[in-house]
Amino acid sequence: MASFLARRLAGALMVLALVAVLVFVLTRLASGDPVALLLGDQATAADIARVRIEYGLDKPLPTQFALWLGQVLQGNLGDSLFLQRPVTQALLERAEPTLFLAGFSVFIAALIGIPCGTAAAVWRGHWADQVLSALAMLGASVPSFWLGLLFMQFFAVKLGWLPASGYGDPDTPLWERLQHLVLPSLVLGLLNSALIIRFTRASVLDILGEDYVRTARAKGLGERSILLHHVLRNALVPLVTVLGLTLALMIGGAVVTETVFNLPGVGNLVVRAVLRRDYPVIQGTLLVIAGIYVLINLAVDLLYTVVDPRIRLEAA
Amino acid sequence: MNPTWKILRRLFARRVVLAATLLLLAVVVVAVLVPWLSSADPSAMDISARLHKPSGEHWAGTDELGRDVALRIVHGARYSLLIGGVTSVGAVLLGTLLGLLAGYFRRLDAPLMRLVDAMMSFPDILLGIALVAILGPSLWNVVLALVIVYTPRVARVVRAATLVLRELLFVDAARALGVRTPWILWRHILPNLASPILVQLTFIFAYAILCEAGLSFLGVGVPPEIPTWGTMIAGSLDYADRALWVILYPGLAIVLTALSLQILGDGVRDLLDPKLRKAA
Repeated sequence: MASFLARRLAGALMVLALVAVLVFVLTRLASGDPVALLLGDQATAADIARVRIEYGLDKPLPTQFALWLGQVLQGNLGDSLFLQRPVTQALLERAEPTLFLAGFSVFIAALIGIPCGTAAAVWRGHWADQVLSALAMLGASVPSFWLGLLFMQFFAVKLGWLPASGYGDPDTPLWERLQHLVLPSLVLGLLNSALIIRFTRASVLDILGEDYVRTARAKGLGERSILLHHVLRNALVPLVTVLGLTLALMIGGAVVTETVFNLPGVGNLVVRAVLRRDYPVIQGTLLVIAGIYVLINLAVDLLYTVVDPRIRLEAA
Repeated sequence: MNPTWKILRRLFARRVVLAATLLLLAVVVVAVLVPWLSSADPSAMDISARLHKPSGEHWAGTDELGRDVALRIVHGARYSLLIGGVTSVGAVLLGTLLGLLAGYFRRLDAPLMRLVDAMMSFPDILLGIALVAILGPSLWNVVLALVIVYTPRVARVVRAATLVLRELLFVDAARALGVRTPWILWRHILPNLASPILVQLTFIFAYAILCEAGLSFLGVGVPPEIPTWGTMIAGSLDYADRALWVILYPGLAIVLTALSLQILGDGVRDLLDPKLRKAA
């Protein structure tokens, strides 16, 4: 067990390190000369040279990387070129809508996906299975921004049930702010339920073929009890991974939906940063989002070993 | 009977798969032939016909500049299919190479796969945005960015399948007979990867079309003057409340194409070699 934990941790650390290298290299390739960008057109060559030394940009790349990583490990992601504040502060200010949106969407996706996937597996081959599987495939073919725009036109503009866009000021009550998240969460939840349906179906089908399900049937247990106690309990284990990773991917992947509904979230922050070439913000956001993904992945894996002792034994 | 023919017959025995394939063929044929079929210019503006409803003259209505939406969808298909096609082929070629190396050579496995893990910890669209920001927004840079985004996915699938194949008897036999490693990979492993690779090809084709549309929507994709399905929706966004058709029909084109591609991919997956079914 201890060696499994150690190996898993080492693996995650290695991936994190690679993520840091990728983010650093990507943004360094991009920025060309960040100093010229920072100082604007009026800067003289002497100004640029002075600031280059000030920011350590005259040092070789590996040294720059080490310096940057040192800062990052102390929780310093640098300052935004345009927002007049540290990147960490900008991220924290934008975290609320993004985290709520990701959480609600995964919740909706699970609420739709797990029952539908289970039904599809139990009625495998039946027309209900075919309809559900077709719907799952449809969900993976719809662009989120397009569905978002249609929902907005219908539920907000035409019916006026919900606010169309924005998030309200920080001093509006939480309840009102959350209303702005209903439509975007529905869009992302519906589309992501496609993946959950497919996974639940495959997972339940796997378990239905196990010997212990046959044994349960042979000893005369009812189908409902078999499904609840023997099948679902086991099928849900791999689903934890999928749900966890979906949550992680949604934190950065909701960029498009956030833009459609004009939510002041992390995705919106990064899109604006890209349009203005605000490299410290791009760098910091990419690092944090990929970091969250790796950590959730690790957490889910560890949870897995707690829930399912077989994995511990196999890995040891 | 010819074995290829036999496989195709099994594939198309499911009518959904046949319908999806026919639809895709139709889209491809129309997209390729449209310059010869009609001389109408998709960017021809007609200010007197702004935001007209769908009618006999304009099947899908007109947009805010009086351009025919249906005509633009057909021309958009050329670019959307080009982007999806080149991206999927590029990602599959690169990903297969990496996956083969990682799956066959134990020493390369860990480093390559950690790199794949690292790249896959960025959400597709976010990595796409960052890469386009670096490369600059142009048609081919979007394609390059999407190839980089989807290569790790192919590499992971191909590696998993190669790990299984590597241990099979016929590969052992080839090795024992002294067949050189490159030839084993080319002649014995690669042909058996055909099905998972084909599946990935169709899925990535669909994802690339969706992702390009998302990037264009965010304004960090293909330049707006090129009519892809994504840029069409992005460009006419502000008129959606008065003229829903300007975003409805290009979106439907995306949905139908992506859905058909995935149905085809799923059909191919069902024909997979049972030995690989678990791995893929």
